[in-house]
Amino acid sequence: MSSLAATIQGVFNEPGCAKNANKSDAERKKGCTKQLQPGGAAGGCAFDGAKIALQPFTDVAHLVHGPIACEGNSWDNRGARSSGSNVWRTGFTTDINETDVVFGGEKRLFKSIKEIIEKYDPPAIFVYQTCVPAMIGDDINAVCKAAKEKFGKPVIPVNAPGFVGSKNLGNKLAGEALLEHVIGTEEPDFTTPYDINIIGEYNLVGELWQVKPLLDELGIRILSCISGDGRYREVAYSHRARAAMMVCSKAMINVARKMEERYGIPFFEGSFYGIQDSSDSLREIARLLIERGAPAELMERTEAVIAREEARAWAAIEPYKPRFKGKKVLLITGGVKSWSVVAALQEAGLELVGTSVKKSTKEDKERIKELMGQDAHMIDEMAPREMYKMLKDAKADIMLSGGKSQFVALKAAMPWLDINQERQHAYMGYVGMVKLVQEIDKALFNPMWEQLRRPAPWEQGGSSWQAKAVAQLEVEAAALAADPLRAEEVRRAKKICHCKSVDLGTIEDAIRAGGLTTAAAVRERTNASGGCGACSVRIKDILARELAAAPPAPLLVAAE
Amino acid sequence: MATVTVVKKACAVNPLKMSQPIGGAFAFLGLRRAMPLLHGSQGCTSFGLTLFVRHFKEPVPLQTTAMSEVATVLGGYENVEQAIMNIYNRQKPEIIGICSTGVTETKGDDVEGYLKLIRDKYPQLKDFPLVYVSTPDFKDAFQEGWEKTVARMVEVLVETPRDTARRDPARVNVLPGCHLTPGDLDELRTMLEDFGLAPTFLPDLAGSLDGHIPDEFVPTTMGGVGVEEIATMGQAAWTIAIGAQMRRAGEALQAKTGVPFRLFERLCGLVPNDAFIAFLSEISGRPVPAKYRRQRGQLADAMLDAHFHIGGRKLAIGAEPDLLFELSGVLQEMGADVMVAVTTTQSPVLERVKTAEVLIGDLEDLEIRAKARDCDLLITHSHGRQAAQRLNIPFYRAGFPMFDRLGAGHQLCVGYRGTRDLIFDIANLIIADHEANRQPTPDTWLPDAAASRPDAAAACH
Repeated sequence: MSSLAATIQGVFNEPGCAKNANKSDAERKKGCTKQLQPGGAAGGCAFDGAKIALQPFTDVAHLVHGPIACEGNSWDNRGARSSGSNVWRTGFTTDINETDVVFGGEKRLFKSIKEIIEKYDPPAIFVYQTCVPAMIGDDINAVCKAAKEKFGKPVIPVNAPGFVGSKNLGNKLAGEALLEHVIGTEEPDFTTPYDINIIGEYNLVGELWQVKPLLDELGIRILSCISGDGRYREVAYSHRARAAMMVCSKAMINVARKMEERYGIPFFEGSFYGIQDSSDSLREIARLLIERGAPAELMERTEAVIAREEARAWAAIEPYKPRFKGKKVLLITGGVKSWSVVAALQEAGLELVGTSVKKSTKEDKERIKELMGQDAHMIDEMAPREMYKMLKDAKADIMLSGGKSQFVALKAAMPWLDINQERQHAYMGYVGMVKLVQEIDKALFNPMWEQLRRPAPWEQGGSSWQAKAVAQLEVEAAALAADPLRAEEVRRAKKICHCKSVDLGTIEDAIRAGGLTTAAAVRERTNASGGCGACSVRIKDILARELAAAPPAPLLVAAE
Repeated sequence: MATVTVVKKACAVNPLKMSQPIGGAFAFLGLRRAMPLLHGSQGCTSFGLTLFVRHFKEPVPLQTTAMSEVATVLGGYENVEQAIMNIYNRQKPEIIGICSTGVTETKGDDVEGYLKLIRDKYPQLKDFPLVYVSTPDFKDAFQEGWEKTVARMVEVLVETPRDTARRDPARVNVLPGCHLTPGDLDELRTMLEDFGLAPTFLPDLAGSLDGHIPDEFVPTTMGGVGVEEIATMGQAAWTIAIGAQMRRAGEALQAKTGVPFRLFERLCGLVPNDAFIAFLSEISGRPVPAKYRRQRGQLADAMLDAHFHIGGRKLAIGAEPDLLFELSGVLQEMGADVMVAVTTTQSPVLERVKTAEVLIGDLEDLEIRAKARDCDLLITHSHGRQAAQRLNIPFYRAGFPMFDRLGAGHQLCVGYRGTRDLIFDIANLIIADHEANRQPTPDTWLPDAAASRPDAAAACH
């Protein structure tokens, strides 16, 4: 059994992660521990990430070992759906008190496991470690082992206390717990050449069920979904699948890759968001299964289903095209799902603002992905009135996003649609895409907007907050232009690269002084984009701007 | 006289309780241009933030010192310093409120000491309001986080008046408990103003979380009570504390300023509001406005209309102590029987709940007993939704969080009018349930069925 520190290090070394592959040894050792900024951080902790990844296993009792905050403040708040057991929605916590902190909480944890087995008798219990018991030295691995022996039931330690890192790290640590303790511990009753695993799909709002009927029709069996609507036994025998699809981007790449390494299960990274992506994913599943021995006719049947579904979806979307003509969408989110709906929105006749991408070739898609990620980051740090100005400048008719930007959009009387995890509707597969188009239509053409945009009877022209916000921003911009000292300060304060903390001024100076023309050169000189690399798009934009403004002067050699 | 029992079990199932630090942060959200800051790992903040956002459906400012494992072991001075300076420079708040969490309390970070060092190091912070409250997660509950934080605000922010003779007879301080909604505060403000009184609410969630469209966007709280107004609370003639949890802040304010306080443990129900209105009339020296005479009549009529439905109901209620006392009280006065009462933490009001036993426990305790005792009305926060479905009885959502219905911030229970609305809402739930699920069939009154009918069984003992 490896220590938590070793496991974390192992996750950082994950070769399947593209970001990791681009790093030097020293950088890799530092891992993805992007230093969180006190007073400026947002997002969940590692425990949160681990719980999100595993909680959709529906028949498992998820027991949180910690003070009330960790479970009491967060239970039953996920939108996953179950076709069977509801044990996963029951909140179990040791709710440790002061005495436990002083004398240790292991006994309480053991007793809690016993109580759960007596009262609820789940097929397995997942025990989540949190910060306080980790600090006082509660050994959950030992307690789980003892409980497993005593009660003859799988009791799985999930060692991801919040303070070891981010939500994303927690996702991966959850995957490690499955790999170490669960996967490969049971055998399925039977296997077929059509057995697949879906990894990293959480069945939010029941969206998996928008796709499952198609798989059923093709005779493809989801041997195990990790973890949406999943059951303990299924993941325990998931090592017998023929192929796997990894859905949620990088969250559980370690699971997909290690299962390939250990059990020879090939996987691909795909998505069921958007029509094109759905078709691609179905084809890829069929291809991998055929490669692993399924009859070749599977591909013909798959193509037939794809052709039928695409035709149905486009026919359903067709009536919206004239309504959407000339309508602009501002798409802002870092979610992995958003970029894959871009093509479909464009096909429905909507124009996307905020990205210059017209067609979804593979490279374009990569670019959208990067842009989206950056924008989401930017939005998180944006003052709301700046965000309002952006909405206004973009002249968008509707905004698709998640997170806190929604409140600004709605209060600016801007139609808005939630495409993040708190959303109310399922948008997966072909039917899901049609649903998304319908929802956009409903939001766009609601007669309410016209009323909400009217001024109140006591408002004079220009006294609305919208007008004031814009006026204030203009005043600030003018003041900035007139004040070079302050402009310099602002230039220095504007962070471009968050990982390496490099500001706009430094980058501009480096470009001007060194006559730099490529993002790689900027990285070499300033270290910008040397971390996660996501800001390279912004650096390219700065380069383009600088090069357009003034051709590099070779005589201007920096004094070094 | 109820006995108060702490349920003995190792594992809490379906928690009713939420943690103390977010109760503290909640109080800071009622100050103007404030930024609440939790000293802990970033998850401590993000869970709380999600709760607030889902309850109010509003953006909520809440920050974290983002403690890593290493920082936790070495002590969090640097994280506190960086967090304060980052917030001070970026969001430019008028006050930063800091609550500790389980992690930093286990280490034993001396945050008061840190603040002193930070003030010494940064002269610009010399007079900047920084309020720190110790709120470990592994002790107490949400309500106590609020209670301690408001008391601490009084101790740190209120100034001792130099000249007590210059009190303003029209000024009244109101210290609302955390069980009151922004809608309740608006109602109270109107009532006080109708008596010619000028109230200062501490904290004032009505301005900050009532879901209005703001005049300007700020990254801190908007609305809420300002620091300079809090400083002058010593000039008021009276303090009104609402809910037993506010005794502590009321006493702190009296000790510091000499302003006398009157505690109203409840403001829902006919008799509690009679006392409240009489008090307002007395301190303002004004007769009761006609509006409230009419509202009292409306409440009385609502009670008459609703008692057919509420009378004899077997109530199972799970709520924090003051809300439990409030709601179980008003329904018991309408003829309901409080069969199960579960709460989160100790309080002097618990033994006065009109029931045999009050449990300090969780929603599993509530559900099991509600089933065993054939309860036919459930009141708790939104986390009771699963239990309500299994029990298949009318479910009235009350308290925090209420994330699966709209308008949580405007749910009203104070005053004659608030009580009237609450009674109607609950009676209507019961009527709807009766129509949907309890229609008589030819077999309803068969001897076997009748013997096993819950009300028949209840009549035996």
